[in-house]
Amino acid sequence: MSSLPPLGAVLPEVTLAVSAIVLLLVGAIRGEAAANLVNGLAIAVLAAAGILVLVAPHTAVSAFGGSLVIDDFSRFMKALAILGALVSLILSVHWLNRERQSKFEYPVLILIATLGMCMLVSAGDLIALYLGLELMSLSLYVVAAYNRDSVRSTEAGLKYFVLGALSSGMLLYGASLIYGFTDSVNFGAIAAAATTPTIGLVFGIVFLFAGLCFKVSAVPFHMWTPDVYEGAPTPVTTFFATAPKVAAMAVFLRVATEAFPHITHSWQQIIAFVSIASMVLGAFAAIGQRNIKRLLAYSSIGHMGFALVGLAAATPQGIRGVLIYMAIYVAMTLGSFACVLAMRRNGNAVENVDELAGLARTNPMMALLLGGLMFSLAGIPPLAGFLAKYYVFLAAIEAGLYGLAVIGVLASVVGAYYYLRVVKIMYFDEPAEAFDPMPGELKAVLGLSGLFTIFYFVYPSPLINAAGVAARALF
Amino acid sequence: MYQAIVFLPLIGFLIAGLFGRVLGARPAEIITTAFLFISCALAWVAFFQVGFGGHDAHVQVMRWIHVGDLKIDWAFRIDTMTVIMLIVVTTVSSLVHLYSIGYMHEDPSRQRFFAYLSLFTFAMLMLVTADNLVQLFFGWEGVGLASYLLIGFWYEKPSANAAAMKAFVVNRVGDFGFMLGIFAVFVMTGSVTFDAVFAQAPSLVGKSINFLGHAWDAPTVIALLLFVGAMGKSAQFLLHTWLPDAMEGPTPVSALIHAATMVTAGVFMVARMSPIFELSHTALSVVMLVGATTAMFAATVALVQNDIKKVIAYSTCSQLGYMFVAMGAGAYSVGIFHLFTHACFKALLFLCAGSVINAMHHEQDMRHMGGLYKKIPFTYAMMLIGTLAITGFPFLAGYYSKDAIIEAAWASDNSFALYGWVMTVAAAALTSFYSWRLVFMTFHGHPHDHHHYENAHESPLAMTIPLGVLAVGSVFAGMVFYGDFVGHHVQDFFRQSIFMGAENHILHEMHDIPGWAAYAPTVMMALGFLVAYWFYVLDPSVPVALVRSQDALYQFLLNKWYFDEIYNFIIIRPVLWIGRVLWKQGDGRIIDGLGPDGISARVLDVTASVVRLQSGYLYHYAFVMLIGVAAFITWFMFAGV
Amino acid sequence: MSVAAVFFYLFAGVLVASAFMVISSRNPVHSVLFLILCFVNAAGLFILIGVEFLALILVVVYVGAVAVLFLFVVMMLDVDFVELRQGFLQYLPVGALVGVVFLVELILVVSTWATAPAVAQFPKAAAVGGAAISNTKALGLVLYTDYVYFFEASGMVLLVAMIGAIVLTLRHKVNVKRQNVSAQVARTPETAMEVVKVRPGQGI
Repeated sequence: MSSLPPLGAVLPEVTLAVSAIVLLLVGAIRGEAAANLVNGLAIAVLAAAGILVLVAPHTAVSAFGGSLVIDDFSRFMKALAILGALVSLILSVHWLNRERQSKFEYPVLILIATLGMCMLVSAGDLIALYLGLELMSLSLYVVAAYNRDSVRSTEAGLKYFVLGALSSGMLLYGASLIYGFTDSVNFGAIAAAATTPTIGLVFGIVFLFAGLCFKVSAVPFHMWTPDVYEGAPTPVTTFFATAPKVAAMAVFLRVATEAFPHITHSWQQIIAFVSIASMVLGAFAAIGQRNIKRLLAYSSIGHMGFALVGLAAATPQGIRGVLIYMAIYVAMTLGSFACVLAMRRNGNAVENVDELAGLARTNPMMALLLGGLMFSLAGIPPLAGFLAKYYVFLAAIEAGLYGLAVIGVLASVVGAYYYLRVVKIMYFDEPAEAFDPMPGELKAVLGLSGLFTIFYFVYPSPLINAAGVAARALF
Repeated sequence: MYQAIVFLPLIGFLIAGLFGRVLGARPAEIITTAFLFISCALAWVAFFQVGFGGHDAHVQVMRWIHVGDLKIDWAFRIDTMTVIMLIVVTTVSSLVHLYSIGYMHEDPSRQRFFAYLSLFTFAMLMLVTADNLVQLFFGWEGVGLASYLLIGFWYEKPSANAAAMKAFVVNRVGDFGFMLGIFAVFVMTGSVTFDAVFAQAPSLVGKSINFLGHAWDAPTVIALLLFVGAMGKSAQFLLHTWLPDAMEGPTPVSALIHAATMVTAGVFMVARMSPIFELSHTALSVVMLVGATTAMFAATVALVQNDIKKVIAYSTCSQLGYMFVAMGAGAYSVGIFHLFTHACFKALLFLCAGSVINAMHHEQDMRHMGGLYKKIPFTYAMMLIGTLAITGFPFLAGYYSKDAIIEAAWASDNSFALYGWVMTVAAAALTSFYSWRLVFMTFHGHPHDHHHYENAHESPLAMTIPLGVLAVGSVFAGMVFYGDFVGHHVQDFFRQSIFMGAENHILHEMHDIPGWAAYAPTVMMALGFLVAYWFYVLDPSVPVALVRSQDALYQFLLNKWYFDEIYNFIIIRPVLWIGRVLWKQGDGRIIDGLGPDGISARVLDVTASVVRLQSGYLYHYAFVMLIGVAAFITWFMFAGV
Repeated sequence: MSVAAVFFYLFAGVLVASAFMVISSRNPVHSVLFLILCFVNAAGLFILIGVEFLALILVVVYVGAVAVLFLFVVMMLDVDFVELRQGFLQYLPVGALVGVVFLVELILVVSTWATAPAVAQFPKAAAVGGAAISNTKALGLVLYTDYVYFFEASGMVLLVAMIGAIVLTLRHKVNVKRQNVSAQVARTPETAMEVVKVRPGQGI
């Protein structure tokens, strides 16, 4: 190729990459004291990247021989992923300072992980998918084990790494099988070749999806999620629960709809089973949990199950439902984790759900917003969580997947228990000692997230329209 | 005008009930009482207009139920029977309202009392002015409700609560029969409005209702079912157990509800439904049988009661039996006549008893009274008048009405006519005995409780005026209205409001009975008086010795023939047992176990096993992933892509 | 039998045998050495089918880096393999089942020329620049041009690996003295020396 690739289209990624390297140098030269400076600069860079994503022209661009795709879908998901990363980084500053783990490498790794996510969301063929996935995952493995003096954190990182490596292996195996049966790695070309399902192609899809399900933490590839979420430092968990899920879901959607549109019936069965299993397991397993991070981990497994219902429908409405779900899920999760990050007492972090006892009396505003978030996670109207589930189930019913919708609703009912238990502990139990005062940025994030969740129903159309536009870009 | 008569008490209820606390007790009392007096005055006007002037009326108030073939409206049927009941109800109610101003003077929640009294009056008026069975039933239930509220007025007393519930539940049993009767009427005639039903009544002869594979005679079934309702409401034998317990309520309540008005609703209803009852000889026989038995039974129990109100209560029960004897004999107007006069003297007796209780500072046991005639002479005089009236002393009200019933019983061609006559005559003797026993024990002899005796004083004016008015009625009501109810003017007076069959000439036949049969009741009255005088004035040791020698009989009578104990054993305990079983086993084990509790236990089981999957071992996790992939592959291998 | 066939069977046989020895050997160091033997034979097979670049990369990366890493870990950590193997029989049935499933699947996949004849019709990808140039040159021709995106991405991945290694393991030992050469060289007489007037017999 003699002409330069369209760098304008990849400006956000380039920004992220270059600033990651520059910040690394800044940190290396200035030493340990540079952490706060690098934090601030990293936040600015993420904000800039987000703006660049949103102001890019709306024309679809395909670069690097089809490996990189910029369209409305990628814009939507990149913006969401960058938002998740940005807010998690903001939330992490205070915590890491208090735990005396603030090093400049952390924001750099976050930036690189975000870069990986952007590459993943824009992936146009299997190799780009794999590279983006690995870039993101590797950064995540490192930050999972960030608190190297804690056994739990090291365990978390190690488990994530080993299982992630296994899943990457399976993903590559699947990719190679698909290449073997369709003679191409590009999604469009695969779609053209995969008109009838052959057993080999379907096996390849199974392995590929297994790898992707791992990242999305869908059953039965979810086993890492509770341990890693519990062991990793809380701001890292915040990051895990939001941005990588968005990116992984994005690539999942893209692969399923762009690469295999003609053999929907085959992979629909996989997604349906995975989604049912995730919803059910997420609902039942969280009931007995005492650690709030573990509880939120199972809750996120359940939520991914609900989101996959939309994918199982395999229609533009279904994809739109998934996108709406992911957006609302990110908002709710950021708010919930802002509360978890605020759970400090006398300088020590506490993670038990029972520590929230009587929060309504010691910190009424926090209890109110957290209660609202819990109700929204449970899917109670008219909060945002309910509307997210509504769109997903609507798409499923329109596609004829009645059983899926019914099981989803039942799982919702069972799962509502542990969310309501949190609310009950906050409002009806004898108050425990009050938490340390909440830092400003946590309050801001909690407030915004809570307000969004509670008042979303008043003006939902911008999100729905944006999601609809993004979904249509895939078909 | 009729709307005013019926709705003024309702307005009084609403004002006193909703705003009583705001207005205060005295305004509440005044407003309700004033409304009642206005209503009463209008009722007397209506009585003369309709009864003597012949201006029957039909007043449409509101549309109510129009569903398919069922058309029921709120409407007033104003005929002679209605206006008789109107004056009875409003007069006694207004006098009781006035009386209560004095009697309930120290009670802190008098607004509630007056509100309930007015509510009751409203419901009773709805009942008597109803032009269809459903509206009558509305009033029927309404008076039941008001009765419950008033019996349990002093709700802090557990005995009052129990009595109120008993009244309501026993009434309910009767109401069940009543409802079935209404349904039967609708099924057979297609309507519940009186005009329509009565028009079709002759065509019901010979028709039958199929039930459980047997064809029952329709008029008999309907009449019997309706009568079951009357039995409950009017405390007839078997469904009578609630009436004595109802004395837990304040005395004005007993006077109004359990003497003059509510308990007479059953009698009224039977008379109203005379077109149906006339068609069934069997039903009339049953009515007379039950009435006669009640008259006798209640009289025997009243012989030995020591609570002054209980004596009068059983007396009421007995007199209601008399009214039904009259109904059974086909002499409906005679029964209504006794209802009319009985309202006067029974209310008088109750209010006098209330005056005594007030004087003795809420002492109700006659054994602690005595020699009161010196202390409360006016009450004593009123009590005498009432007792003379009830026992049938010549020319007072009871003489005319009660003796008319006994004559009708003799003359009737009912299957139980002779039984009815014997019972009523015997009961007359007993009635005389226990009534005079009450007077002698209360007012004569030596005072048994000196403390209360010393402090006894006459009641205030608010209480004595009603006594006077009722006394006038007790004396003159019989004489004045005999002709219209029993004598020659019956047809002109009652016109269409009572139906008597073609063979029913009882009103003529009852005047042709042998002389000794006609004078028997008077003889019985004298006999009773003499025995009572002997027992309680001349030689008070005689009853004591009699009780000691006939202890078993005495206990049997004192414990009301052990009816409460029998019912408790046969009905109450099994029902409670069933309830307990359904609660613990049915609801607790089965419904809760399969439903909420069961499901939540299963969910916890599933959770426990799911959580164990997360073992913490890395190779387990990897294994699960591999198994997952293998499962998918196997699925696709066998199920096809 | 041609020479190529002889070598094929030689390499393949040794490969399978040493793969089996990897998992059944008692000594962990022996297992790693057998693994290295596997890799080398696989490289030989690759050369036989004409992808010499892949074969040599296999040796350099797998044997030179991965197997050496395995050896380091096995020799540094005191892993008690006997204890690790305790649950072997317990998991044998399920493991064997999973293995059989994978085997069947592999066979199914490989036998595609019977099940999906279309696959065999795929045109073989034409080698870049013709058949005359070596693998390395062919790869180089496309790697930095058509696939520069993948190349840069891999670079970032390696960067993350380096950062990760340092973040997770580097500890500044407190009592280790370090040289700061530039500081040493930049010393001036004013900061290095202190002139003191000493009175006789007084000392410093």
